[in-house]
Amino acid sequence: MKHTSITEQNWHQRKRAIVDKLARYTIGLGGISVIFAIVLIFFYLLWVVFPIFQSPTVELKHQFDSPFTQNDARYQAIDDSGTLAVRIQSDGMMVFFSLENGEEVNREQIALNGAEEISQIVKVDAEGRQLALVLDNQHLLFLDIAYRVNFVNDKRTLIPMVSFPYGDEPLTLEAIDHIKHLKIVRDDEMLTLLAIDRNRQFLVQSYLAEKGYELEEPQFSSVHDTPLDTDFMLVDSAARWLYLANKKGQVYFYNIYDIESIELISQLTVVEPGRRLEKLIMLLGGNSLIAADNEGSVRQWSLQRDDKNQYRLVDVRGYKSNHSLSILLPEMRRKGLVSINQLGDILLYHTTADRVLLETKLTDKEIKRAALSSRADKLFVETADGQFLNYAVNNPHPEVSWNSLWGKVQYEGYNEPKYIWQSSSSGNDFEPKFSLAPLTFGTLKAAFYAMLLAMPLAIMGAIYTAYFMSPKMRNLVKPSIEVMEALPTVILGFLAGLWFAPVVEENLLAVLSLVIVVPAGLLLFAGLWATTPLNVRRLVPKGWEAALLMPVVIFIVWAAFALAPSIEAVLFGGNIKLWMFENFGITYDQRNSLVVGIAMGLAVIPTIFSITEDAIFSVPGHLTNGSLALGATPWQTLTQVVLLTASPGIFSAVMIGLGRAVGETMIVLMATGNTPIMDMSIFEGMRTLSANIAVELPESAVASTHYRILFLAALVLFIVTFMFNTVAEVVRQRLRERYSSL
Amino acid sequence: MSKPSVNHIKKWWRSGEPWIWLNAGAVSVSVLIVFGLLALIAVRGLGHFWPADIVEMQYFTDETQQVKVIGEIIESESVDAKQYTESGYGEAPAGEPKVIRLLIKTGNRDLQTDFRWLAEHKIKQQSKPGNLIVLERVEWGDFYGYLKQVNEQGELVVEGESAWGELEKRMQRVTALRTEIKSLEKGAIGTINHQLEKLRLERKKLALTNDLTPENIAPIDAQKKALDIKYQALRMDLNRLYSEIERDSAHFEVMDGRVVELPMATFISAQKPNAMNALEKGVTYVKSFINFLTEDPREANTEGGVFPAIFGTVMMVLLMAALVTPLGVIAAIYLREYAKQGTMIRIIRIAVNNLAGVPSIVYGVFGLGFFVYFLGGNIDQLFYPEALPGATFGTPGLMWASLTLALLTLPVVIVSTEEGLSRIPGSLREGSLALGATKFETIWKVILPMSSPAIMTGMILAVARAAGEVAPLMMVGVVKLAPELPLDGNMPYLHLDRKFMHLGFHIYDVGFQSPNVEAARPLVYATAFLLVLVIVLLNLSAIILRNRLRQKYKALDN
Repeated sequence: MKHTSITEQNWHQRKRAIVDKLARYTIGLGGISVIFAIVLIFFYLLWVVFPIFQSPTVELKHQFDSPFTQNDARYQAIDDSGTLAVRIQSDGMMVFFSLENGEEVNREQIALNGAEEISQIVKVDAEGRQLALVLDNQHLLFLDIAYRVNFVNDKRTLIPMVSFPYGDEPLTLEAIDHIKHLKIVRDDEMLTLLAIDRNRQFLVQSYLAEKGYELEEPQFSSVHDTPLDTDFMLVDSAARWLYLANKKGQVYFYNIYDIESIELISQLTVVEPGRRLEKLIMLLGGNSLIAADNEGSVRQWSLQRDDKNQYRLVDVRGYKSNHSLSILLPEMRRKGLVSINQLGDILLYHTTADRVLLETKLTDKEIKRAALSSRADKLFVETADGQFLNYAVNNPHPEVSWNSLWGKVQYEGYNEPKYIWQSSSSGNDFEPKFSLAPLTFGTLKAAFYAMLLAMPLAIMGAIYTAYFMSPKMRNLVKPSIEVMEALPTVILGFLAGLWFAPVVEENLLAVLSLVIVVPAGLLLFAGLWATTPLNVRRLVPKGWEAALLMPVVIFIVWAAFALAPSIEAVLFGGNIKLWMFENFGITYDQRNSLVVGIAMGLAVIPTIFSITEDAIFSVPGHLTNGSLALGATPWQTLTQVVLLTASPGIFSAVMIGLGRAVGETMIVLMATGNTPIMDMSIFEGMRTLSANIAVELPESAVASTHYRILFLAALVLFIVTFMFNTVAEVVRQRLRERYSSL
Repeated sequence: MSKPSVNHIKKWWRSGEPWIWLNAGAVSVSVLIVFGLLALIAVRGLGHFWPADIVEMQYFTDETQQVKVIGEIIESESVDAKQYTESGYGEAPAGEPKVIRLLIKTGNRDLQTDFRWLAEHKIKQQSKPGNLIVLERVEWGDFYGYLKQVNEQGELVVEGESAWGELEKRMQRVTALRTEIKSLEKGAIGTINHQLEKLRLERKKLALTNDLTPENIAPIDAQKKALDIKYQALRMDLNRLYSEIERDSAHFEVMDGRVVELPMATFISAQKPNAMNALEKGVTYVKSFINFLTEDPREANTEGGVFPAIFGTVMMVLLMAALVTPLGVIAAIYLREYAKQGTMIRIIRIAVNNLAGVPSIVYGVFGLGFFVYFLGGNIDQLFYPEALPGATFGTPGLMWASLTLALLTLPVVIVSTEEGLSRIPGSLREGSLALGATKFETIWKVILPMSSPAIMTGMILAVARAAGEVAPLMMVGVVKLAPELPLDGNMPYLHLDRKFMHLGFHIYDVGFQSPNVEAARPLVYATAFLLVLVIVLLNLSAIILRNRLRQKYKALDN
């Protein structure tokens, strides 16, 4: 029996030891993983944000010899997904081939209807879904290219489909002779055709065009003389602007919105004297020209409206390649450019961000043709020695640069560089504008006005509560102010937006006057109180002054609201908002910074109050006693001894309060109009980083630039508040050590 | 009492006394704001349910023209007389600097505008007729009018004085029928729909794994057929109930003299507030408050109750508490009892402390990116391929909301628990260890029970914070109207992937996104009051617990 009990005990001991060890490891693991989870927040945000700052890459994917013997391609392009290329030769042979190995997928002979050859091919839309073929420099044939996606054995294959949208009979342009340049703009049912012949004659025609029907007689047709030998002709996709240019860099710029009265707007030179214009293309949206000269200088000329509402072209930005360009391609869906110079260096540039994203050697060979996929993620190059090179371009976030996030940016359509946040719009050519400056400004503005209210109220209140208030009252006051800290901010925001904002609008003068009237009234009362007989003063014991003041405050506020309308009538003609607008041009927004400042101030008061109160309350008693014993008044003791000792604590309270104000979301979301403007006026609203995230993140597409920039905004908030709090925490810990050593 | 001289004032000023008064004033202002806000919410939130009197009045649109207006006076404001005239409302009465305007809720949104501002000086002959009836309706908001007659199948049953009794009697029948319809729709038919959806997914799953053989399909098809038959039968019942509920109707005369016929199926309640005494009003008040707590919202959340929002808030908070408490406690025990106290732990402690100050929206962003898109997306790929491209967990939902808020409140629990642990005197630990207990036994049997109030405090504070947070929830799972509750009678009962409603978000949504803010406002106040009540109670209990705890340890120290 004794024997078994020993082994049993042994077993029991062992079990305890095992449990102990197990617990040690589990808790250790649990603790570390919780801490890890917290660290994860930071790194995950960083991980999402990181790609916008990564440099793009261009990578050679496939390389093969040209399967074509004839070298007379009139058109060569690649499809959206970058798997197929299409090549149309001058004899009308149309070949679709794989981008991986050049294997032919499909071949189609376009019936030229008696014409000898295709002399030129023009894209109708930027992405090349519809083409216009010029036959023998005189006839026109329209062609649609589409791709059908098919899954064969789970493999994605593309089937090219070719059709003639306006019949297979060519259209003959009789008004002019020998087409040199051609542009076609399609807009719903209208097809506008612009052509220049070898005799400098310019033809403009418009047709009613419906798919499946042949083009009837033109609705409008006219022929004009042109002032130069045109080498470049450009038209925007809405057929508003026409640019004619020659190699000398002279550009004639016309308004063709009304094709019946074409109007020359201006004439300018887009290259420096002595240089030649090599390339002239149009940026997405058609509001900018990109001009490249023979020394590799590429400039963006943007359309702007001057003071007199006159359009003009302005040189806004550009870059320099170290040699003349052989290829200059615009991205079809973004405002980016891809250029390849004659040394074989590729350069990726984004106009709005004004950023050269990548400059690297592409190939040593001479490049003959290049095509970009519509998403600008595939680049297909044909060299002069008959090789095809297929590159993958990884350039997901070109529009972001330090300058485009924080600096002033010259956007198209604006006369000067501006800070703008505008992430989405209804238009197709719309360029998102991602300047964090107005949002950061809004955040700081809201925090500033909140602190303006909260700091004096909370710190003064804390001084009184900690130093002068009777303990009994303190036990009541402290928890009631702390309860406010727990009040959901959605409730403060709702009250601010739906109740307080109209009240302020109605009683603006009264609310503004409180800043002066309340302190003045309190001082007046205090002065009167000091003159009352001692036996009356004794009714209110020391440390209960705050209780005595409550009815006084209520009376002052009531009086301010009651008297303000009459004062407003006398001084401001009955309407202070109108008066402000007429005399100072100050506009009034109902949900403004004043409302936000007060609502958010309320949210911050308890935080600052509670920490300041703690700091003052825990100033060691022997310091104050010593000071009082030496004959200082309580007030002198407070300002000379207590506040000095507690000042680091007050500082950290303000920091923590500021951190809270910066990150607050619901109050600003509900109590402002959320317009991202940069205006310090207290009567205007703002949009803060946090409110912006709350409004836009749920709708933003995962992994898009917009999504990542919103994450960046969150990361900025995280880092800023974390810094504020860390400084505050370190200061507080130091203070605690000092107290314990005193 | 001597007359104050300049010297006196100087002396008084230099003594610092005025500053002390100013500081006292700051406290007074802060305290007044706190209680003022609470009172404002309470009064507005609770006042809404009191059956207000309905006023009938003659309103002079100009000197001669007058119209009858019936409605409830919501509020009054005074407008500057000049402004009033300039805004084109008409002439202000001579000699008056201000014009009083009244906001009248005239209801009957299907017939007219339901709110209008009237100038007080143009109102004549106010009265409160006892036979004015207020109907709460399923749609179009409240209705005010005089009962004329009650019809059955379009045939007159009663008219005149006794119609009211008949209406009340028939209303009971309608209410019973409506309850029956609702239980049928939400209960039996809901379950069948749920099962049908499950069968559809099962079938799709088989197709994905290439197991769509006749043997596999047969049981699914059989089940589907059985369900379809069941559904048809229920549908018949439902149709019968619908035709029954539509049997009765009543005629009312409204303020412009028109007589309209309204089907009783659209009434929720009918009252004569002007004829009620205080007691009856009290009973109605309690009833409508209970309805507010227990009913679903109607009319784009601007009417009805907030039950799903209360339910969603509670579910989310409970789940969050279940997640955050063990994690927080383990982390705190690790930091305080196991980890070697050094610079590293100090830094971690500061970091954890600081996380409590990181804006909640940042947690929302993290939750959306990491939990919803990253974790959820992968879970869907692995476990719910049949539902793709529809997302199961790859979309905001209850689970992700709870997890995000758990992360958000983790610092609160850690800090509170650590504080509790640090207050336990070292002598207790040493005593336990000296008696031969292992470290874990000491923690489990001595330290944890003693620090349980601290843990409770942390948990309550976490719950209070989570209940009031809205910004992160907007990204990770809250919706304005959830068709189903996250907990129901269908397997697996608790649906972690469902979106839910939340009181805080309800306030934001109804107050700011609603098409008819004026009509929704009282409800927003009531919802706000509910939320504030819950949170203040939770916080007060945490404060009381903390104070008790401190006293207990003071006793131990002695």
